[in-house]
Amino acid sequence: MIDLQKICRSFMVGDQRVSALQDIDLHIAAGDYVSIMGPSGSGKSTLLNLIGLLDRPSSGIYKLDGGDVTALDDAQQARVRSEKIGFVFQSFHLVPRLTAAMNIELPMILAGVPPAERKQRVADLVANYGLEDRADHRPDQLSGGQRQRVAIARATSMHPAVLLADEPTGNLDQTTGKEVIDLLEVLLEQKVTLIMVTHDPALGARAQRQLHMVDGRMTDE
Amino acid sequence: MRFIDVMHFASGSLRGSRSRTLLMILAMSIGVAAVVVLTGLGEGARRYVVNQFSSLGTNLVIVLPGRTETAGVGPGMLLGQIPRELSLDDAQELLRSRAIARIAPLTIGSSQLSQGALNREVVVLGSTAELLPVRHMKMAQGQFLPAGDIHDSASVCVLGSKIKTELFGKNQAVGEWVRLGERRFRVIGVMASQGESMGFNTDEIVTIPVASAHMLFNTSGLFRILIEAKSRDTIEAAKRDAEAIIVRRHHGEQDVTVITQDAVLATFDRILSALTFAVGGIAAISLSVAGILIMNVMLIAVSQRVKEIGLLKALGAPALQIRALFFAEAVLLSTIGCIVGLVIGEAGVLLIAKLYPSLPVVAPWWAVLAAIGTSLGTGISFSVWPARRAARLDPVTALAGR
Ligand SMILES: Nc1ncnc2c1ncn2[C@@H]1O[C@H](COP(=O)(O)OP(=O)(O)OP(=O)(O)O)[C@@H](O)[C@H]1O
Ligand SMILES: [Mg+2]
Repeated sequence: MIDLQKICRSFMVGDQRVSALQDIDLHIAAGDYVSIMGPSGSGKSTLLNLIGLLDRPSSGIYKLDGGDVTALDDAQQARVRSEKIGFVFQSFHLVPRLTAAMNIELPMILAGVPPAERKQRVADLVANYGLEDRADHRPDQLSGGQRQRVAIARATSMHPAVLLADEPTGNLDQTTGKEVIDLLEVLLEQKVTLIMVTHDPALGARAQRQLHMVDGRMTDE
Repeated sequence: MRFIDVMHFASGSLRGSRSRTLLMILAMSIGVAAVVVLTGLGEGARRYVVNQFSSLGTNLVIVLPGRTETAGVGPGMLLGQIPRELSLDDAQELLRSRAIARIAPLTIGSSQLSQGALNREVVVLGSTAELLPVRHMKMAQGQFLPAGDIHDSASVCVLGSKIKTELFGKNQAVGEWVRLGERRFRVIGVMASQGESMGFNTDEIVTIPVASAHMLFNTSGLFRILIEAKSRDTIEAAKRDAEAIIVRRHHGEQDVTVITQDAVLATFDRILSALTFAVGGIAAISLSVAGILIMNVMLIAVSQRVKEIGLLKALGAPALQIRALFFAEAVLLSTIGCIVGLVIGEAGVLLIAKLYPSLPVVAPWWAVLAAIGTSLGTGISFSVWPARRAARLDPVTALAGR
């Protein structure tokens, strides 16, 4: 499903070239549960952004579902993000002026899903994630765990094939963090490919596949 | 993304930052209101002048002694002669033209008017019976000057309504005698009050036969000859005939100026229309200033909302959609600002019309259209750049809030 060949990504900092990813070869099958671990600055987020088509590699080939997505233009990549990829961020990234329900609805609005269908899916998701009495609350009226639940509901609203989570528990205490991971793992039953960056070895160990990164390279599996 | 959702999202983000939104609507609406009110005033001034001119009479042609144009210096002038004056016979001769319906010669001067112990300085107008229809004037009591021989210097006078009140109060004036200078005149009529008309307050004028005025002021020339053409189509013919007749009588010397009411009116009309355009233009500049304000505030909005823009991109919004969202915000703002401005402007026009009933203030339709066009135009065009900027943000950096 995800096929990375000799992926490099470097940034220009001043006139210095900083290499964030070097010769990454990675194959992830549909429905895999992958955790990525490694020290700070090792390139985990950069890799996740590349997989999520938020960023482009400096060199190398990225095939998603067999097609070369690096060749796509911005609008086409946006479409792929909308249809196939869901993001869960460490800092939730909810729109502050929108209610929980409206935040969940947002990807469907952007994708032009008809209102009736949208309302139905939002109602289902709100119920699924136990947010019934919080649906009309704005993010600043929610706890961290509730916010991340809203974010996960939003990430799954378009039924993505791949879910990318960058330290989803980084801003949560241990118990809430575990609850959030439980919710993510439930998605595996629906054949979602889950790729999660984490600093917590215990959480990382729950994945079938554990990737370790140092200085922009994969060390082992 | 559906159109209605774009509008809904945009109005949501406008509601999300209330003070910013109100500020921009205020700027926009002040600009629009300024256009409406200022052009309304200009148009009002134009209509006022046009109305005043029309109240002077219809199909008027006016003969003035002397040439006002500088082109061509007659031999008379080189010899140091003053231009020949307009005489009563000149005036009467004009009636030979088939294009001319009526004429009213005018002599003007001021004199001491007294009745019993009361006396005051008045403007005295010497004319004929024809003045009444030519100038569209109305009588309150009695009759106007008698028709008959133009050289007849009868001792009769017609009082302006204000003068009548000053001299006689509520008492009957017709039939009484008043004194103008050394001579006694019998009051045969009182004019109806008609107020100011082109700076001439007919309510404070005493009208006497033109021959009597010549005797009173010891002159023989005329100040003006008012000509009423037979119809609108014969105005030009009346003007040509009048010129030809006077020139012939003055031995080939073109020493009078003949103007038509239409020409004067057209000139005023042009000047005042230009004025209206000018103030409208100035107001439109204030509108584009509002546009620049909108651009600034939109740019601030973009930088305040980088994270949101990054998120929208991560959720699958293409650049075009982000642009449409910001664009829709600007369109909504300008539309609301424009509507509010139109309401304020029209209310202002109504208020001015109430305060100054004599001034027919009305914002011309083209100004209203221009105000709408400029406000929507500036609002939208000045939001293109901020919207582009939002759409071009790199999602990763935007999400990081950098
Ligand atoms: N936009 C950028 N400009 C310059 N350098 C960057 C940029 N983004 C990332 N880098 C660099 O690339 C390297 C990898 O960064 P990345 O954010 O992927 O690390 P990370 O593994 O996610 O770290 P952390 O665990 O702290 O989140 C770092 O050295 C970082 O400084
Ligand atoms: Mg990171």
